[in-house]
This record gives sequence, structure tokens and C-alpha cells, in this order.
Amino acid sequence: MSGTAQPASPIVTVRGVDKRFGAGAETTAALQAIDLAIAPGEFVSLIGPSGCGKSTLLRIIGDLTAPSVGAVTVNGKPAGAARRNRDYGIVFQAPVLFDWRTIEQNVELPLEIIGVGRGERRRRASEMLALVELSDFARHHPWQLSGGMQQRAAIARALAFEPRLLLMDEPFGALDEMTRERMNDELLRIWERTGTTIVFVTHSIPEAVFLSSRIVVMSPRPGRITDLIEVDLPRPRTDASRESERYFELVTRVREALRAPDAARVAGP
Amino acid sequence: MRRLRYYLPAIVVFVAVILGWEALVAVLHIQRFLLPPPSAIGRELVEQWPTLRAAGTTTLIEAVGGFFIGLAVGLVVAFGTARFGLVRAGLMPFAIAANAVPIVAFAPIMNNWFGVASPVSKMMIVAVLVFFPVMINVVRGLTSADPATLELMRSYAASEREIDWKVRIPASLPYFFTALKVGATLSLIGAIVGEYFGGANDALGRLIVENAAFLRFSTAWAAIIIAAALGIAFYLLIITIERAAMPWHASMRARDT
Repeated sequence: MSGTAQPASPIVTVRGVDKRFGAGAETTAALQAIDLAIAPGEFVSLIGPSGCGKSTLLRIIGDLTAPSVGAVTVNGKPAGAARRNRDYGIVFQAPVLFDWRTIEQNVELPLEIIGVGRGERRRRASEMLALVELSDFARHHPWQLSGGMQQRAAIARALAFEPRLLLMDEPFGALDEMTRERMNDELLRIWERTGTTIVFVTHSIPEAVFLSSRIVVMSPRPGRITDLIEVDLPRPRTDASRESERYFELVTRVREALRAPDAARVAGP
Repeated sequence: MRRLRYYLPAIVVFVAVILGWEALVAVLHIQRFLLPPPSAIGRELVEQWPTLRAAGTTTLIEAVGGFFIGLAVGLVVAFGTARFGLVRAGLMPFAIAANAVPIVAFAPIMNNWFGVASPVSKMMIVAVLVFFPVMINVVRGLTSADPATLELMRSYAASEREIDWKVRIPASLPYFFTALKVGATLSLIGAIVGEYFGGANDALGRLIVENAAFLRFSTAWAAIIIAAALGIAFYLLIITIERAAMPWHASMRARDT
């Protein structure tokens, strides 16, 4: 385990989580013995090959799926209570915007459900749209926007009620490489400005290294945490970070961790 | 100007068909009772207008009345079953099977049950015809919401009612309007077929049957024209409402760009 100690009160704790799908002989173990603590303000990426259960782990943290064994707390509460308290925002791989609503109305959706008044909703939506640089498209409908813009609208929506935790499930997986890099830059800017804790699922090594303060490396079937890698690239991270020697070292380090999932856990590269 | 150019081909075809029909009847000396020329039907439309209008009104009331009964019951049953997977699994196969049954075959029985002279018997035929497509489509629509949208709503801890209003119902609108369009067409078919099997004389179905029986085919054709016009008008009305209700839908977008 890495040398840095976890701060006293983590925002997310996962203790002894197993997840099995199916029953009897058909049972598959998706996750096994997952222990993880995430400190406030961290940017943690879950990386692993497909089938390693990284999305399942994210969904368990968000109480969208129940663990078979083990416990999850968010903000010190059980995951279910945290969900009912709207302690987190979530962004999926698809933008999941509603065609019958304008971009602005899509961003207002969670605020409507929470019961925020009309004027306040408008104000916060326009603030969030400014944050993701979509102010000029507030009155547009989702289909009039590009894929990257739609995903930015989804991020604005997830942040609309100012959750302390943002869960992101391969949010840029469907975007082309150039758009993805631009979205990564924007996401870091948003993260730095809002101070939100982010748990980010990805299968892209460069993306994980560029974004994260810590990378959780997972192995498939059953999904286990095989390595935790601190990313000490200096911030703010820019295009120059992507070309630095340290960046390439870390990319290699993550790649090796993924290739040899059962290698002994090393204390930093 | 652009509108005119859009409709011009259709107008040309319409005029050509009418003129061709007229010419064909004249050139081939087709007997009047086999196929009257459009001019004769037109004359009949003008001369018989009061009768045709009264008959059209009766038939339209039966069709629209039955349409709304079928629509209301269809919606109630659809909302009742959509929520409960087990009920849905039990009912849907029968609804789909019933939808494939030629329901107009029951017209004489409905006339018997609800009184052959009463417009209610025709409304009931129409209601049964409209019920099945409405119920089946609305159930499909209500269960068509993208699972990811339901998961998103769950992440907001939204209530079932909020999920209905903000996700399931808007997502079901395209299915709902498909049902309305099918229902509009079926409602006039149901009313007229019901009338064929008896009922008050001031109805389009009676007018067609009786004038045909006495070989007054021009009058029968005039009644058919009225029935067609009513059917098309009902359909267009629903399309207009559909466009106003969901300008966001993919099928409406092509027009904007």
C-alpha cells in the first residue's frame, strides 16, 4: 500500500465489498474484497480492463447497485442514505439528456426534483452552463449539440446542486481523442474551481494519469484492487504535463501494473 | 412560395386523376352504376348537401364519441398495467392477440347489445377498435424509457410520480400519437361498418348501403367522399396536435433544417 496515509474522515469508504451476479453454478464474481477510502478533494480514477467491475464499483458507491457483501459509506452515511440526501452527482458514458427539454431545462432537472424555486434554478443553471462554457446554447435542444457539448451539459447537470462528490462512468469514452483531451482539460479546471471530489472510471491510461491524484488499478474476474498509484504530476496540469518525462514514467507504471495484476504492490514508482 | 412548390406535385396528381377518371368514363362508356364520373358525384354532393351533412354529423359524432371512450379506457388500462410487470405479462399477449382480431366482425352483436337504432352501439364498436392500439402502444411507450434515464432519476432519489411525469410520459408521447393516428382511422371505419348493419337512416353508412341498393351510385359515392374527407380531417387534426405537443421529436426535426 502506498506510503501516504489517508486523512481522518474520508468522503467515500468501501469496506470488504464483494459483488456476485447470478445464482448457483451461474454465479460470476464481479468484485472481490474491495477496500478503498477516498479523501475529500481527491480525483480518483478506477482503471482496469473491461469486465474488471470498475463501473460496478462506481454504481455500488452511488447505491445504484447493492453489494453482495460489505459496506459503503458516503459522507459518513450508508450509500443509500447518501443517495436519498443527494450527496453525489453522476455522469454516465452517454449524456442521457432529455430531448424534450432545452439544455438549460436539462441542467435544471435535478433542482426541480430537489424542489429549488424557479428563479434560483435559472440562476444556478446559467452559472453551471457558464462553468462548462455552454452559456450560448442554453436554449438549444440536445440534438443540436455535438457529443462533447452534450457531455459538458451532463456535467453541468451533475454539478447543478453542488454535490461534494461527482461519480463519472467513462464519461468521455465515446468521444474522439482530441475532444477527449479538451474535455480532460475542462474537467480539471472545473475540479479545481469547485473542489468537488471526483471518482472517475476509465480504461484510458493517459487519461487516468493526466487527471488523477490517485489511480486505483483493478484486475478482472473477479475484480480486485491490485495497485494504488499516487500521481505526483505537478498542478495545474497543461499540455506540457502530457509531454513531461514524469508523465511518461507514470503511464508506463500504470501500464505495467495493469499487465501484471498480481505483482506485489509497490510503494510508489 | 416554397409551400406551393412542396404541394404542387400532389396537386398535379390529384387534378390529373380526376380529369383522367372523367375522361375514362366518357371514352369507355362506363355505365353510371359501375363508376359515375367525378362531375356526377360533384353534382350529387351539391344537391344532396343537407342530407349528406346531417349524415356526416351523425357518423362523426359516433366516431369521435367512440374514439374518446376507447382512448379513455385504453389510457386507464395502460397506466394500470404499465407499472406492474406481472399484470403486464399476463395481459399484453391477450391484448396483442385481440388487436389482431377483426373486431368489426362483432358489429352486429354490438348493435344487438346496445340497440341497433342507438348511436351508442356504433360508439361501442369504435371504442373497442380504438382501445387496443391505444392500450398496447401506451404500455409500450411507458416502458420504453431508456434504462439510463431511470438510473439518473434514481440517483436524484426522484419519486415514482416524478419519474412518470418527467421521464415515462414524455418518452411515451411518440407511441401515444401513433395510437391516436391509428385510432382516428379506425374510428370512422368502425362507425360506418356498424351503420352497414342497421341503425338510424341519417348516417353515412346507411346512405351508402341504401343508395347502392337502389343503384343510385352517384349518391353513394358522394357519401363515400364525405366519409373520406372526415377521416382525412380527423387524421390531420391529430398530426397538428402531435407537432405542437412534441416539436422536439426526431420526426419533426427535418422540417426545421
